[in-house]
Amino acid sequence: MDTASSAALELVACSKRFQRAGQPVWALKAVTVHVARGRVTGLLGPDGAGKTTLMRLAASLLHPDQGEVRVLGLNSRTQGAQIHQQIGYMPQRFGLYEELTVQENLDLYAALQGLDRTQQRLRQEELLTLTALGPFGARRAGQLSGGMKQKLGLACALLRAPALLLLDEPTVGVDPISRRELWHIILGLRQQGLSVLVSTAYLDEAERCDDLLLLHEGRLLTQAPHPVMTAPLQGCCFRVTHPEQSRRALQAQLRQRMGVLDATIQADGVRVVCQEPRALTQPPEQWTLVAPRFEDAFVARLTQAQRSASTSSVHPAPSAPVSNPLAPQPAFSPEVVIEVQALVRRFGAFEAVKGISFTVLRGQIFGLLGANGAGKTTTFHMLCGLLSPTSGTLRVAGEPLGRAAAQVRQHLGYVSQKFSLYGHLSVQQNLAFFSSLYGLRGPQKKARMRWALEEFELAPFAQANSQDLPLGYKQRLALACALMHEPLILFLDEPTSGVDPLARREFWNRINQLADAGVTVMITTHFMEEAEYCDQLVLMSLGEILAQGTPHSVRALAARPDQEHLSMEEAFITLIQQHESPLRRAS
Amino acid sequence: MIVTPRLRALVRKEFLQILRDPSALAIAFVLPVFLLFLFGYGVSLDAHHLPVAVVVEQPTQETNEFVAGLSQSTYFQPQVYTQLAAARKALMQHQVQGILWLRSDFTRALWQQRSAPLGILVNGVDANTARLLQGYLQGVWQTWIQQQALRTGQVLRLPVTLQNRIWFNPALRSRNYLVPGLIAVIMTLIGALLTALVVAREWERGTMEALMATPASLLELLLGKLIPYFLLGMGGMALSVLMALVLFAVPLQGSLVLLMLASALFLLVALGMGLLISTVARNQFVAGQIAIIVTFLPAFILSGFIFDIGSMPEPIQILTHLVAARYFVTLLQCLFLAGNVPAVLLTNAGALLLMALLFFGLTWRHSRKRLD
Repeated sequence: MDTASSAALELVACSKRFQRAGQPVWALKAVTVHVARGRVTGLLGPDGAGKTTLMRLAASLLHPDQGEVRVLGLNSRTQGAQIHQQIGYMPQRFGLYEELTVQENLDLYAALQGLDRTQQRLRQEELLTLTALGPFGARRAGQLSGGMKQKLGLACALLRAPALLLLDEPTVGVDPISRRELWHIILGLRQQGLSVLVSTAYLDEAERCDDLLLLHEGRLLTQAPHPVMTAPLQGCCFRVTHPEQSRRALQAQLRQRMGVLDATIQADGVRVVCQEPRALTQPPEQWTLVAPRFEDAFVARLTQAQRSASTSSVHPAPSAPVSNPLAPQPAFSPEVVIEVQALVRRFGAFEAVKGISFTVLRGQIFGLLGANGAGKTTTFHMLCGLLSPTSGTLRVAGEPLGRAAAQVRQHLGYVSQKFSLYGHLSVQQNLAFFSSLYGLRGPQKKARMRWALEEFELAPFAQANSQDLPLGYKQRLALACALMHEPLILFLDEPTSGVDPLARREFWNRINQLADAGVTVMITTHFMEEAEYCDQLVLMSLGEILAQGTPHSVRALAARPDQEHLSMEEAFITLIQQHESPLRRAS
Repeated sequence: MIVTPRLRALVRKEFLQILRDPSALAIAFVLPVFLLFLFGYGVSLDAHHLPVAVVVEQPTQETNEFVAGLSQSTYFQPQVYTQLAAARKALMQHQVQGILWLRSDFTRALWQQRSAPLGILVNGVDANTARLLQGYLQGVWQTWIQQQALRTGQVLRLPVTLQNRIWFNPALRSRNYLVPGLIAVIMTLIGALLTALVVAREWERGTMEALMATPASLLELLLGKLIPYFLLGMGGMALSVLMALVLFAVPLQGSLVLLMLASALFLLVALGMGLLISTVARNQFVAGQIAIIVTFLPAFILSGFIFDIGSMPEPIQILTHLVAARYFVTLLQCLFLAGNVPAVLLTNAGALLLMALLFFGLTWRHSRKRLD
């Protein structure tokens, strides 16, 4: 092997352009990357950063407009066929045929990759053991859970023992347990000498990679191993607690404080990243030094990148104080806003929700957590009146849903996962449409629209089509549309998946302020760290409630005596495994 | 043919998908049967039991005989009125399709050998039925007069004596040309629409991306789509031919082998169109729309399957030369109804061959093992 081919993947000043709405958009801008052999390299960045484009360049499925791509020493433009002989590639939706069984999918890819019969048998056995899919050979791929699909997709990409494995967002939409299993497999492969490039939007996965590539808006921000990235923040990260104040109030205070780069709620305190390596303690706060995480480094980098880029309109400093969007109601009685009792929903023979009960008080942020298929979305749809329960009672805003569904919906705001915006309408038109939909007219409508444009800093984009907005702005607009009629209850279904960490922080600020103003917020999320922002949460699994209470009490439920600082994700995995393992084995 | 293990695996995969996906099976087998039943039984361009009003202002023996003659014909369902006004009202209310008016001087005029004292009023809203009705009524009238002449030994004067000979479809059954023409529509559905849809589905689900990153060659990928849908299309055509011959008793004058060959050729054109569409359309909605507009609808409207090309305006007639189904419909109608006519078969098959080469050439040029 000559020295030129010592890299698994090399991009030299690569740029890639696409046409969108007749205008060229640069997906990648002069990106130079060196991925070493025998290591796991993580490709990180928010949605739209160019991760998938880079993956496809590496798989020789796209050619760069400028620059050169060398995969295992081969030129992607001229030696695509040889490259395809040596790589394993798993695209975003795993590339599986849903109508085919697990075994048939494996057979197909084995034949496509040119394995002979004996090789095929041995390798398949090996992979079925590795992925624990052995018992499911005859099951159709379409009937597998997200986590099992992901493992099957991985097995298909690994059949011919590739020299370079490319995984494009393998953990999107997959629950924490399956994510953990996948990483276990990937790290095992590295020991066999495989080079792996894996893209992900989950920042915590970065800590498992040997090297990191950080993409933002088509540019490479940094390439470095994890410790190198976090080194500058050594001594700058703290956990802050306050004996009296609530975490939310404390966080709101800290993020305004001079010299603080980032403040997020974590466990029983607030995690703070400072510009300088020194604590900015104000008694009676307690500041404890903690080790920097990759996310701290990422946020610090992004903040710097945005400050240096003079187009500061993209993300105004997240600390801009936000006025109360609703009539201020400083003190309100703890009335029950949502009451759910013995709620059941069946789809044919399948019981999606198995008799759950909970209550939500006014002004609470209430989280609904669970793995795929836990029944979160079904519950959500019933609460919004989009789906009628099979049995059980459901009272929203004091009214039994069902008879008065239309009236009750007047008090609800809903932001769906896909944001439900009209892409070809401008920001202004979207706002006007949604306010008319909720029956606003005349001066009232005008006032609310003016409020939305100011409050969400959308005025500069008022005439832009909503489909052309960056994801973070789409999210703001969707939230604004859902708030036009000043709802009492706001439903948010996975509102932060895919948006970058800065936009996510800003989003949570707004949510906190809404809750302080007396709006009840129901939220589902995949990001376990976001569960910490909730006042109350419900952890669901297979249609049942596993745990219920404050984040603190849910964590305490899972912790063994020797575990002091259990993260929400660890608690989640422990609780779900305890509950599901007998069932998983049985299926 | 280069049958590699890869190609075999791709073809096998495609068949498994077809067998397990209800929507593909529906397009391949249920829709053809549905269309055949619809056009075989439901749509008929013949006149059968048409309700007509017969106005008899002065009943005589002759008028009674005439009406009785009408009743016996399978074409008409006469209803007798004594006044024209009542019959007109029935026509207005769509109770009858036409009016036959036997004036009070019918019998007298008949024997005095004056010109035909018969009034015919036809509802012209449905032009096709109107023309049929007009023709049939005149035919009935002529026959009746001749019969009268034979029986009474008198010579009755007729303006002209027509001798009709109907070639190729003596019974004038519209089924006999609709059902063969349908085969073209069915094969367009399977070859172009279904093929474009299944390729688009692979794009949508991300499986195409995974296939392209494997060592499978472009030729293998294309043949992996072509072979299964070719076989499926030939299956659909065999089903249609069988139904045409057995169920609808359509005569097959030409050779079955030539019919198979012509169908295979047309199927290649349809598959070429389907694959070409799939190089541009990467989601099922767009693929379906394009396939319906550029392949299915022309095969229906501009192929001469239902609507006679000769009676279309000149520019449209020129346009029909671009429609592959046009040549195939001609081939089908020729083979079923006329027999092996070399001049017709060769020119139309030649046109299909050219189109097949064109579409495959374009598909090959536009396909790349890449995503952009």
